[in-house]
Amino acid sequence: MPDPLLEVEGLSKRFGGLLANQDVTFAIYPGEVVGLIGPNGAGKTTLFNCITGFYRPDGGRVQFEGVDITGWPPDKICRAGIARTFQVVRVFRGLTAFENVMVGALLRNPNPRRAAEVARDILDLTGLSAQADELVDGLPIALKKRVEMARSLATGPKLLLLDEVMAGLNPKERQAAVELVRRIRTELGVTVLMVEHVMEVVMPLSDRVIVLDFGVKIAEGRPQEVINNPEVIKAYLGERYAARFGRLGGV
Amino acid sequence: MENVTLRVSDVWAGYEGSLALFGISLEVRAGQVVALVGANGAGKTTTLRAISGLVRPESGQVVFEGRRIDGLRPHQITALGIAHVPEGRRVFGRLSVLDNLQLGAYVRRDPAERRRNLERVFSLFPVLYERRNQVAGTLSGGEQQMLAIGRGLMLSPKLLMLDEPSLGLAPRMVDRIFDAVAEIKRQGTTVLLVEQNLVEALELADYGYVIQTGRVVLEGPGAQLLESELIRSAYLGL
Repeated sequence: MPDPLLEVEGLSKRFGGLLANQDVTFAIYPGEVVGLIGPNGAGKTTLFNCITGFYRPDGGRVQFEGVDITGWPPDKICRAGIARTFQVVRVFRGLTAFENVMVGALLRNPNPRRAAEVARDILDLTGLSAQADELVDGLPIALKKRVEMARSLATGPKLLLLDEVMAGLNPKERQAAVELVRRIRTELGVTVLMVEHVMEVVMPLSDRVIVLDFGVKIAEGRPQEVINNPEVIKAYLGERYAARFGRLGGV
Repeated sequence: MENVTLRVSDVWAGYEGSLALFGISLEVRAGQVVALVGANGAGKTTTLRAISGLVRPESGQVVFEGRRIDGLRPHQITALGIAHVPEGRRVFGRLSVLDNLQLGAYVRRDPAERRRNLERVFSLFPVLYERRNQVAGTLSGGEQQMLAIGRGLMLSPKLLMLDEPSLGLAPRMVDRIFDAVAEIKRQGTTVLLVEQNLVEALELADYGYVIQTGRVVLEGPGAQLLESELIRSAYLGL
């Protein structure tokens, strides 16, 4: 087993009386695509925010490449090699697709000419070359999401956190996004942790999945194992369904 | 077929350029309870909103009693006899129970009809009669759900659409709500029910549709659907 790229240990985050993440522990290894799933309100985005420095956890730690990054500000975490996208896209409005990606590329390439080359390469990889000089404001949602992915990739991450990149995409766009995630892993060698509700996408795409429910990790494993886990069946199909059918074998 | 109350054909719809429905098709037959089930984010609520006009379909058709209603305004659709009981009850918290119910009948001008409907609601949910002068915001979650359903029934709907009526309710209250839906059906009202409580919904429903990411992936008589192993893959993706 190689050393983990990311280690989350006993992580907790509280909002008033609500424990959004409770003692969550897991590790991500280099080269993996890992799905982070769970019903609405399970604490998936909160966990992303804790890992990327948008929230400060109330307990536990986050280690990246063996370094404790708990409580670091987002920009420092990005510089360390973790990039992310947002559930509700946050592209830089008023800038073109190319300029958006340039912002990412400048992180590791102070030379603008070199940064522009990186940005062009990433736009090419993400299939955005044709829209490079369009303002992102007018792009359809599928392309805005792709611009966001391109911008994060341009920061040269080792780990990319994707927050619901499939939501709102039509089946064709979704297929393109799946292909892109595969290429991010194979061509760029970037490890991927993705929050995703579109189960028919995330399950076949992930090497492993981690399941949260009410802030607690209830399962972790290969997709085929996880779908037969009684706790997962309960979380997704309800208590009465699990009681009646939960012990049945695989589909 | 003349006994089809509602037919949704290949509807694509969503919000601000981001689609949630990718060609939904379903039928609701007169006198039936039809359940629409599926995981979070599958498009169940958007389907109801596309039917009641709160979301305008980008393409496809919604036909109610032989008449196309997609493109009509929500109040026009309501007036035709489709009552939409939204997720989260959405009762008027500062108004009395009685006023909430009367508001449900605003398109029904006939006082005799209003009176009949009010009696129907009170016999279905006696607790609403007991609390008729109470401010709705002070009701329990289950009582608010009863009020929301009652408000829908005040329309004399030909089709009652219920969005997650059991959400957030204690198990005993869940049973009471499902009993009420069964009684509403016995009284002859057609029901389209969106639920995450899979077992309860499909046991009650004459027919069910399982949707996954904006499309119907499985359908059949409720009890039969419940036994299908495919239902798990529709929720869990494998």
